[in-house]
Order: sequence, then structure tokens, then C-alpha cells
Amino acid sequence: MKSKKPSIPYLGWMLVFTIVPLLMVLYYAFTDDTGAFTLNNFQNVSDYSHIFLYSLYVALISTVICLVLAYPLAFSISRCTQRKQSLIIMFLMVPMWMNFLLRVYAWVLILQSYGPLDTMLQFFGIHIKLIGNTGAIVVGMVYEFLPIMILPIHAVMSKIDDSLIEAAQDLGCNGFYVFRKVIFPLSVPGIISGVTMVFVPTASTFLVAQYLGGDQLMIGDVIERVFQFNHNTGSAIALVLMVVILGFLVFMNRFGDKEAVGR
Amino acid sequence: MKKKGQKIYFAVIMAFLYLPLIYLIAYSFNDGKTSVWKGFTMKWYTALFNDSQIMTSLYNTLIIALLASILATVLGTLAAIGIYNFKGGVRSAIQNVSNIPIVNPEIVTGVSLMLLFTFAGTMMGFEMGFWTVLLAHIGFCTPYVILNVTPRIKQMDSSLYEAALDLGCSPVQAFFKVVLHELMPGIFSGFLISFTYSLDDFVITYFTRGSRFQTLPVQIYTMTHQRINPKANALSALLFVTVLVILIISNAVSSRKDKEAAR
Amino acid sequence: MKRGLCILTALMLILLSAACLTSCESSEASAEDSAKSTATADSASNAREVNVYNWGEYIAPGDDGGMNVIAEFEKRYGIKVNYTNFETNEELYNVLKNSNSSYDVIIPSDYMVARLREEGMLEKLNFDNIPNYKNIDERFLNQDFDPDSEYSVPYSWGFIAMVYNKAMIPEGELTGFHDMWNPKYENGVLMFNNSRDAMAIAMQLCDPPIDPGAKSFSEEDISRATDKLIELKECGALKKYVMDQVFTEMEGSQAAIAAYYAGDISTMMDNNEDLDYVIPEEGSNLFIDSMCIPTCCKHKENAELFINFMCEPEIAAENAAYIYYGTPNKEALELMDEDYLESELTNPPEEYLDKCYTFTNLDDKTYSRMQEDFIKACTGKASDASVVTVAVLLGLVLLATLTITVLNIRRAIRNRGRINKL
Repeated sequence: MKSKKPSIPYLGWMLVFTIVPLLMVLYYAFTDDTGAFTLNNFQNVSDYSHIFLYSLYVALISTVICLVLAYPLAFSISRCTQRKQSLIIMFLMVPMWMNFLLRVYAWVLILQSYGPLDTMLQFFGIHIKLIGNTGAIVVGMVYEFLPIMILPIHAVMSKIDDSLIEAAQDLGCNGFYVFRKVIFPLSVPGIISGVTMVFVPTASTFLVAQYLGGDQLMIGDVIERVFQFNHNTGSAIALVLMVVILGFLVFMNRFGDKEAVGR
Repeated sequence: MKKKGQKIYFAVIMAFLYLPLIYLIAYSFNDGKTSVWKGFTMKWYTALFNDSQIMTSLYNTLIIALLASILATVLGTLAAIGIYNFKGGVRSAIQNVSNIPIVNPEIVTGVSLMLLFTFAGTMMGFEMGFWTVLLAHIGFCTPYVILNVTPRIKQMDSSLYEAALDLGCSPVQAFFKVVLHELMPGIFSGFLISFTYSLDDFVITYFTRGSRFQTLPVQIYTMTHQRINPKANALSALLFVTVLVILIISNAVSSRKDKEAAR
Repeated sequence: MKRGLCILTALMLILLSAACLTSCESSEASAEDSAKSTATADSASNAREVNVYNWGEYIAPGDDGGMNVIAEFEKRYGIKVNYTNFETNEELYNVLKNSNSSYDVIIPSDYMVARLREEGMLEKLNFDNIPNYKNIDERFLNQDFDPDSEYSVPYSWGFIAMVYNKAMIPEGELTGFHDMWNPKYENGVLMFNNSRDAMAIAMQLCDPPIDPGAKSFSEEDISRATDKLIELKECGALKKYVMDQVFTEMEGSQAAIAAYYAGDISTMMDNNEDLDYVIPEEGSNLFIDSMCIPTCCKHKENAELFINFMCEPEIAAENAAYIYYGTPNKEALELMDEDYLESELTNPPEEYLDKCYTFTNLDDKTYSRMQEDFIKACTGKASDASVVTVAVLLGLVLLATLTITVLNIRRAIRNRGRINKL
């Protein structure tokens, strides 16, 4: 039990399947197709900077919407009885277990022209394009990731002791103060892991924009397409994406460490 | 009043989560390919079961998920025990590297593995397919197993192991009889998470599958990105029912256990 | 432990349901498996399989009472066909070049045949194994892309036309590709999602026009074409760059106009009565897609058997009747019905063909430059809006950091105060 040996196979595994691939990305990013050192790939990346921004923008909006929708819901679930809670959580998880492409596809069917929503709006005399714009992408993303936001927030909230809230009320806090002084600070770790778990995949996802978006691609789609013919530029974009995401994670972590009471 | 507001809000969120799926499933019975209802049919289900490509991908998906989760569980459990015996800085360094596949955007993991496999493939003359997908899946599943097992190791009383040795067990016997037994819940949940992640993975599979090996998520992609395909609706209905049944039963079992425990 | 138990039950259920689901095909799958294992045990060349890599929607699938060509081949020869699709010539090329995958039959277009041939990626065909080769009309042989017809057997030919939705655009309004650049068709235009076809259309419309059939393009040509494509996006007409997705979009009346391959346009018109075609007045790309055997092939004899099978008049006719592209098979042509023979989409007028051009293989630099610039056209140029977004985003991040720092300092001071009090 005190031996480090059992981890040897996995250490080897990590070396081969985690570190080496990343080093290969690094190598490709800094070389051209003859293998000579170059920084041109990063110059090419700058051509896609607006796509980066667009992806971050979509991710930001989706994350905020998810948070706003999920927070009150997680709170009200956490105040239910234990049995009811597990039942509700189960119903939240069912859509999550469905394949993500099928969920996006469901929205394609719903939002398409002459689809149910469009027909309904036409009936009321409203003519707008529901699909093929940023709004549709955001709806798809929120749909994908809402349960993922709810679960961690609910997990920390359900651990908040009712007596803490009662104590605060006894000490003369009104509803808002109970929230500000007790519930919110205790739920921060949940918010942070929720935001991380939603933001990272939304910023880097691919295909959702292809299904629901119009002529605007997201960075994941660009990586996939560039990789089809140029591993070097593709690696450079992937590297930049990784750095951006890692920066975000470090940022969130700092946030979390300072604010979190117990994690 | 407040309760009523909560209920309405809850209903709205549930509608948002479920209506798209219900719409998707309802249209699997539509005799016609557009969003116009043309009468009830089961033909898409027959077509689905007769589609040998889809059935082969289902088979591939299950095999990959099963093998990947079993191997990841073994690898991850051993690794968790071994890593736990490292000290401070080294341990957290190893844990950080081990978490890379979790925190890194999936697409970056996908392309980095693709670079590795194409490179290795050219060197050793193999093509991407079943084995590369399996390796990739083990790679992203193992960290989840480690994350689930490590807390159990922390909780475990190490004197239990020593006691077993004192009572005449060989180290191997003690490992299987005591340690594994103690870690079992963590190992199980790690296995389950691996299994579901592997079942549902699209991005990493997409980049490591070569060009012929199909899993169900990839098959769903080929089915849905070209045309509206009612077979995809039929497939989602089947998946939905499977997920629902599994979750309801597991929920019922656990609530009965709760009652028994309460008694 | 009780959680463990519950999870265990869940797991058993998953496996059970999985077993149920697979049982219906397990016999088939296991048979296939044993076939595979014998294949690996055997020398690979004897394996009873052939890997075919073709365009999407480019073979008769046996829907609606027609012949399922692949199933027919499997039935007749007992050889399993592993059939997969690509969307663009470039995708095919990249897969062959980069992925170590092995294919036995591929169906690239003319310029890609030339590229693959020049890079030594094609096997010479053994025409003794392809007796049906005699059915191929001579005017499709010895083309520039394969001067001695050693590497390729023509599969079908066609050209690019436009399809539009009559419910959205009055008949007769469209005359050529230039109409696609009309802001009037707000968000309604679909363009090819591959560099070669999209750039060619843009080049025709540049002022002065660039010949898309030229042997090479200067950087300036390419950037002018790119700008033309960006214009399509910026004037608001473009809906999406698509390949096979065009079927969903047009058949589902989601878009108004698309430029696409003529044969596929007939398929779309069959599935949606509102659709009609226009033969663009500018002329368009004329292409011949041919069956080839790449050097990564592992079952050459099976591949030749497949090619020979596809050249059989009855099979070629069935296939052409479904895909609705022109067939180079003169015997098959005899078997076609009148609709097929009279359709402008399978048999365009001579004077139109004179306006058409064929693609030639480009040098590496131009080839990759076109692909790179095309992605740039797809993503557009950085607009003012994105600059604003940057500012907002950066501002938010800064603000958040500041808030956190201030909060932390405040808390630290407060805590110190408390500790001091204690």
C-alpha cells in the first residue's frame, strides 16, 4: 500500500498519450512543412483572431444565461426534501445522457424555417429567421449545458445547513441579507465549477455552429477545417486556444481559492 | 405565492429541457420527411433496425465503451494508489498532468492524439481505427477514475491493510480482500462515468477514428448533417427510453435502499 | 455501499439493454468479426472485402424500388463492401495523404486524379480484369488528367448548375451565378464549401474575369476571388457554405438559391416540388469523376472486380438513373429512359458545354493557398463589431480581476481587524 509502483503503467501512459501529443502540437506549431523553425503559423492564427473573439463572446453569453437560469433553480431544488431532490436531479440528467448531436439536431428541427416555432410566429405575423444566427447558437449551447451548470451549484447548495439560514434569520437578517451573507458565499465553489464546466466546452466546441449557425464559424470548426490541409497552422490555433483556456482556468481558480470557504 | 412562482419557473425549465426531445421523438412516427405531419408510421424504426451500418456502429460503441471503461478502471485505480504515495510537490505535479485531458478543450486533445497516431502510424505502418479510438478513450477516461478513487484512498484507514498483513494475508491477498473492498464505491462510480463518457464521446473519436471506423455518435453525425433524417429521430426515441428506464430504476433502487437504511 | 449497489444495478441494466439491442445483429456482427479475423490471418489480398471511398449521395442506395448497387455486388461476389463517403476532393486527398487509411477504390474528380497520379498515389489498372471497360465512350478517355487512360475509369460526368426555390424567387428571375451576389436574397444563398468550386465561381464573376480553368493562378487572382467571396458574405446574401448539407437546406426550403452539381440538383428537385434549376449563363465547371485504385490499396483484384461491375451496362444504368449524372457508359445510355436522356441536367446543350471549363491540377503552393484563403473567406474579415467585443471582453475581465482584488484586500483587512480584536 505504500508502494508507488502501481502508478508506473499510468505514468508511462501519461507520457505517451498526454505529454507527447501536446509536445507534438507544440512542435508542429513552431515549424513549417519542411520541419524548419518558423513563427509564420502564429501570424496565420492572427487572421482568425476575430473567430476567437466570437467564440469567447458566444461562450460568455451562454455561460451567463446558463448561470442566471440555473442558480434560482438549483436553490429551489436544494430546499426540497431529499427524495424529491434526487427525483428532480434524475429528470435533469435524462436530457444530458442523450447524445449531444441529437440534442442539437432537435433544435435544428425546431428552429428551421417552416418548423414548428417558425409556423407559430408566422401565424402571429412575425417574420424572423430563427436559425443561422448567433441567437440560435446560444440557444443550442444553453440547452446543451444547462444541466451541467445546475448540478454543481445544486451540489454545494444542498450541503448548506438549514440551521445556518435559520440562525441568520434569528439574528435579524432579512431575505436578501440571508442570501448575500450566507447562501451566496457558500455557493461560490459550485458557481465556479459550473462556470468552468460550461465555459470551456462552449468556447471550444465544434459542430454546434455548423448545425445552428449561419456563415459564422466558431474556433473549433476552424481548427478542424484547417487541420484538414495544414497541420502546422492548425496546431498553432489549437495551441493558442489551449493557452487561452488555461489562462481562463487559472483565473477562475484564483477566484475560487480566495472566495471559496470549503472546497 | 413564492412557492407558486418557484413551481412555474421549474415547469418552464423542464419544458425547455424536454419539449425539444419530445418533439424529436414525436416526429420519429411521422410518415414524411418534413415538419408537416403526414400520419403515423413505424417505418423509420424498421429502417433503423435494418440499417447494418447503424447496428455495426452501435456494436462498436458498446465494445469500445466496455473495454475502455474496464481498462481505464484498472489503470486508474492502480495509478490512484501509486500516486497517493508520492509526496507533496511531485504528487500535485502528477495530478495536474493527469488532469490535462479533463481540463483541456476536447478538440485540442483530439487533434493532438491525431498527430500522434498519424505519426506513429506512418512509422509503424498501421492505420487509425478501432485500436486508436480505444487508446484515446482509455486516455480520457482514466483521469475520471483517478478523481473518483483518490478521495476513497484518503478516507481509508491504512491500518486496515496492515492488520490484514498481520493476520497472515500476503500483500496481494490483502490488496484484493481489504483495499479493493474499501475503494469499491469509488472504483464503481469511476467505471460508470468512464462508460458513459466513452459512450457519448464524439469529438475525440472523430479525430482518432481514421476514416472507416464508426461509433454511434459519429454515425449520428453522418446521419444528421446531410439531411433531415427521421432515422435519427427514431434512434433518439430509443436512446431516450433506455436512459429514462435506467435512471428511473436506479433511482427507485436507491430510494428503497434509503428506506431500508432508515428502518 | 448502497450507492455502489445502485450503480451496479444501473450498469447491469445498461449492459442488458445493450445486449438486447445488439442481439438482433450479433450473429451478423460475429460473422463479420470472424470474417475479419480470418482476413487478418489470411494474406490481406485474399480477404473478401473491398474498401470504397466515394462522394456522398453518389451511388444508387436501393430506396424507392431501385437497385441497391452495393448490396448487389456483395450478393453476387460474396465480397463485403466497406463503403465510406467524402465531401470534397480535398478531403479525399488529405485522407489518402495523411491518415494511413487504406482504400481500394476511390472516385476523385479530374483535377484530383491528375494530382494523385502526379504524386504517384495511384496504381496502374490491369484492364484484363476490367473487360467492361469497352463500354466506356471513347470521348471520355485519354483526357488531360490521365493522358494514356492507365489509371482511371470514368464513373460519371456533370457540370455545375443552380437550383432555386420557386416559392421564394419568381421563375425567370435568375440567369446566372452573378444573381447570387444580390442582397435581395437576404440570407438565402448557399455556396460550395470547398475551395475549388467556390473560388471558380467567384473567379468567373471577378472584374475582369479570371479563367477558372487556367493552369495556375497568381496570388492576386486568388485574393481577388477571395474578396469576391467575402463580398457575398458582406452583402448579406450568403446563408452558409455547404456541401452535402445542401440537400437538407434546399429540400427543406431553408434556402433560396444554391450552386451545386447538376445531378444532385435533379435529386433535390425530385424531393421538393418547389425547386427548379437554372443553367448559369456564365458557363460553369465541367467535370468527370473517375474510379481509381490508390497505392494504399490492399485488395487490388477485388477493386478491379468492383470497377468492372460498375461498368456493366445494367448496373451503370441503374446507378445513373438514381444519381442522375451523365454516364460515360455508352451501353448504359441505351438503357436509359427518355426523361433522363432529354433532361438538360444530364444532357446539357452543346452550346452550353462550349462555355464550360475543366479544372487542371495546380502546383502545391497555389493549391494550399487557395484552401487557406477560402477558409478566410468563410470566416470573413475582422469587423468593427469584433473589435468592440474584444474591448468589452477585456474590460469585463479587468473589471472582474479588480473587483476580486479589492474584495480580497477588504476581507484581509477586516480579518486582520478581527484577529487584532481577539
